[in-house]
Amino acid sequence: MSTTRVIDKAEARRRRREARVQYLRDSFVLWRRNHLMVVGTAILVFLLLVAAFAPLIATHDPYAQTLADRLQPPSMQHFFGTDSLGRDIYSRVIYGSRVTLAIAFLVAVISTPLGMAIGVVSGYFGRATDEILMRLSDIFLAFPKLILAIAFAAALGPGVENAIVAIAVANWPSYARLARAETLAVRNNDYIQVIRSMGASNLRIMVGHITPMCLSSIIVRLSLDMGTIILTAAGLGFLGLGAQPPMPEWGLMVSDGRQFLVDQWWVSTLPGVAILIVVMGFNLVGDGIRDILDPHQRQS
Amino acid sequence: MFQYLLRRTVTLVITLLGIMVVTFFISLVIPVDPLASIAGPQAPQETVERLRELYGFDQPVYVQFGRYMNRLFHGDLGTSFQTGRPVLDDILHYFPATIELATVALVISILVGIPLGVLSAVYRNSSIDHFSRILSLIGVSMPVFWLGLVLLLIFYFKLGWFPEPGRLDIMLIEPPRVTGILLIDSLLARDLEVFWDALKHMALPAAVLGLYGLAGIARIVRSSMLDVLSAEYIKTARIKGLNEFLVLTRHALRNALIPAVTVIGLTYGGLLEGSVLTETIFAWPGLGRYLATAFLTLDLNAVVGGTMLVALTYCLVNLAVDLVYAFLNPKITLAEE
Amino acid sequence: MTTVNTEPLLRVEDLKVRFYTLRGVVHALERVRFTLNRQETLGLAGETGCGKSVTARSVLRLIDPPGRIISGRILFEGRDLLTLDEATMRTIRGSQISMIMQEPKMSLNPVIRVGDQIAETLLIHERSLNRRTARARAVDMLAQLGIPDPARVARRYPHELSGGMAQRVMIAMMLVTRPKLLIADEPTSALDVTIQAQILELMKKLVREIETSVLMITHDLGVMAETCDRVAVMYAGEMVETGPVRSVLKNPQHPYTRGLLQTVPDKANPEHPLYSIRGNVPSLLQPPTGCRFAPRCEYAMQRCHEELPPYYHLEGDHQCACFLHAEKAEVARP
Repeated sequence: MSTTRVIDKAEARRRRREARVQYLRDSFVLWRRNHLMVVGTAILVFLLLVAAFAPLIATHDPYAQTLADRLQPPSMQHFFGTDSLGRDIYSRVIYGSRVTLAIAFLVAVISTPLGMAIGVVSGYFGRATDEILMRLSDIFLAFPKLILAIAFAAALGPGVENAIVAIAVANWPSYARLARAETLAVRNNDYIQVIRSMGASNLRIMVGHITPMCLSSIIVRLSLDMGTIILTAAGLGFLGLGAQPPMPEWGLMVSDGRQFLVDQWWVSTLPGVAILIVVMGFNLVGDGIRDILDPHQRQS
Repeated sequence: MFQYLLRRTVTLVITLLGIMVVTFFISLVIPVDPLASIAGPQAPQETVERLRELYGFDQPVYVQFGRYMNRLFHGDLGTSFQTGRPVLDDILHYFPATIELATVALVISILVGIPLGVLSAVYRNSSIDHFSRILSLIGVSMPVFWLGLVLLLIFYFKLGWFPEPGRLDIMLIEPPRVTGILLIDSLLARDLEVFWDALKHMALPAAVLGLYGLAGIARIVRSSMLDVLSAEYIKTARIKGLNEFLVLTRHALRNALIPAVTVIGLTYGGLLEGSVLTETIFAWPGLGRYLATAFLTLDLNAVVGGTMLVALTYCLVNLAVDLVYAFLNPKITLAEE
Repeated sequence: MTTVNTEPLLRVEDLKVRFYTLRGVVHALERVRFTLNRQETLGLAGETGCGKSVTARSVLRLIDPPGRIISGRILFEGRDLLTLDEATMRTIRGSQISMIMQEPKMSLNPVIRVGDQIAETLLIHERSLNRRTARARAVDMLAQLGIPDPARVARRYPHELSGGMAQRVMIAMMLVTRPKLLIADEPTSALDVTIQAQILELMKKLVREIETSVLMITHDLGVMAETCDRVAVMYAGEMVETGPVRSVLKNPQHPYTRGLLQTVPDKANPEHPLYSIRGNVPSLLQPPTGCRFAPRCEYAMQRCHEELPPYYHLEGDHQCACFLHAEKAEVARP
């Protein structure tokens, strides 16, 4: 009278595939339902397109100075007006998107692997290594991020490359902490013990098995951090510690327009709007990614 | 409790030492030759050499470090190149202004942020929820320096509702300095005119910082309340027949605020950061502006001293947050760390 | 001399509850009906997901969106609870009808001392009480529940208590106002077996003293046999059989109940293979037409797949919703 039967391999495979499809479908439904995230994604896609097609979209050369036309208000010729050196602000904002994307990308590419590596090593080997690495990251974390970035940027000298390094240095500790926490949770899993008993080297385990498990929370964290990274970069630009003239970096542009704020408001205001929109886009997407990857949300 | 404090203090001291080391090395890396600034561009080589000896820049790194630590322990943070005064005096002079601004901003953030977060959670997906979430989103996405400029443009230059950047009207005299915090000092001296003027000057910069803080707090309160509201014990409270308001305040909020406390602490740190930019724009004579100028002019001693103080404050705030958190949450006994 | 009131305390008629979720409409409860008499313990039995908890929450009118009570009547002492306004309902909750739940530690507010939580129930419903008296009565209640040093325990926080202690606190909290009806939703499922027996004993004792009726929800047939006077069996949102506990357990009339009882391992014959009812519980998103058990039923007839069987009245207050009885029995009036 038994009603159970053994599931054969083909059946198992079919069920796994069904589960995966269901997961993707659920993710899509969540993405679609989350209107804000759709908006955020749209903004980011727009940003990418603008950056990619900048030469086509811009109306002028972002570096071209026409002193005769300085501080002109927005018009058909100059959509966003001109700045103190007669440069077209619209074109500079467009090209600035490339700068912003580059900075964000490079900071992420530097700080995330660095942080993950340190975190995983720290969590995996434990004891002395862990203590040292974590004390180190604590020291970095003792400074508010912006201050640390400013400090390093000042120390390394002005310039966009130094700013990128500075921000990356200020950022890696959070990823290290996160990766370490995940590693600690996973390190004693049966799964890992099995692989270790099969003779896998520590390196292989860390890179091949533990790191992938950290990925989803790191991705969530990174996407939530992107906005802050861009704001920090803009802040450095504003203070004169990041991108240097004549680079069309948005923070720098806001700073340029400061002295003309009363009568020529467009010089400072419009680049700032660009920053606002882009950071909003990243934040929306970050929130959305967190919602999708967070198991709680999926159940509702 | 005592053991915990002891342990935390030890960690704090180690971290502080680490901070000092890091800032020292930062100052080493700073490429500009500080001596050139003191001596002036015309100075002959021998003057520079003698200055070098005097300041000990010719010694190997570890000796310099030793001297540096030694001076630190004697409370000597060196002299600022820009102001010519001892750095310690400078930062003690400017620090209260920043504390004043940051604290007022924090109060605004809390008073507006918490109710907003609660309403957002209770009336989920309603228009107030949408409004609050969009406001929070904008608040965290906005560059602080840009908002400052925009508010200045609109409310000072165009509308004239608020006074010029600065802490106090030029014509007014500051009250005798007790705490360094104008709002308090003026009340102590019963100088209401100064009090009001200081308040008006503080409005815009506090609003800028406050919006940023508010955004973070509203978000965490919302998410925390949502978590709490789905908990079993909330159902129990309803089963008991408790009215909804008390369910929210007595049961839900008390639990939801616990994680919010941590964020409030972090927010205070964020306000300290933001003050660097905000004070620059509003000509606020605080530590933020001092630090920003120090970084730009590569005023070594000021950089080191100022950064250390900020880091120290941040550490203390975090420690306070942890203590408050442990106090509020009976599940955490400080012994089990 | 107390006059025994023979009117049933609680009568649920044709309760229909649906949940409108992302994936579709879940038909959680379909024409559920049962009665609970005074000073009686009615067991609500069935597997996980069959709608027992939803039924319990419906009685308290605590079904939150996306769930909705579509139709039916819930008559408590003659009053239809579904027609009352929220304020009146709140006066009933906690004082006339109470509920204890499965996870006692999660059901207590972690930042408030347990004594105060018990006292709260009193303070909500007895306005004239002051804090001190309420606290004292809370301590008394804890003593009645057999807790040693009750004053000390009252000052504890929930996480400092064991599972059994926490459940006693819950019981104290819900019985301190001497409600007429206590709903117990799997009160012992989360506890160790030894503690289970203790708690059940305690509950029986108190219930007798306070003269409360109990709606005991459980999936454990043993608990049911121990504590209940009558039993109602549910399957996939439907009530399939009700009757006195002895009667239903010894002489189950519905094929589902029979199957359920057969799954209990037979200690006398340990080598017998374990029985399980073939097939799976239907998805409540697309419930089958007709009898919901029909797809799995050995005795299913064509009719069973097409229409919902009515409740048939069998002898001895035994009711069963199954066409097998169509010939012999008459349809029970609601």
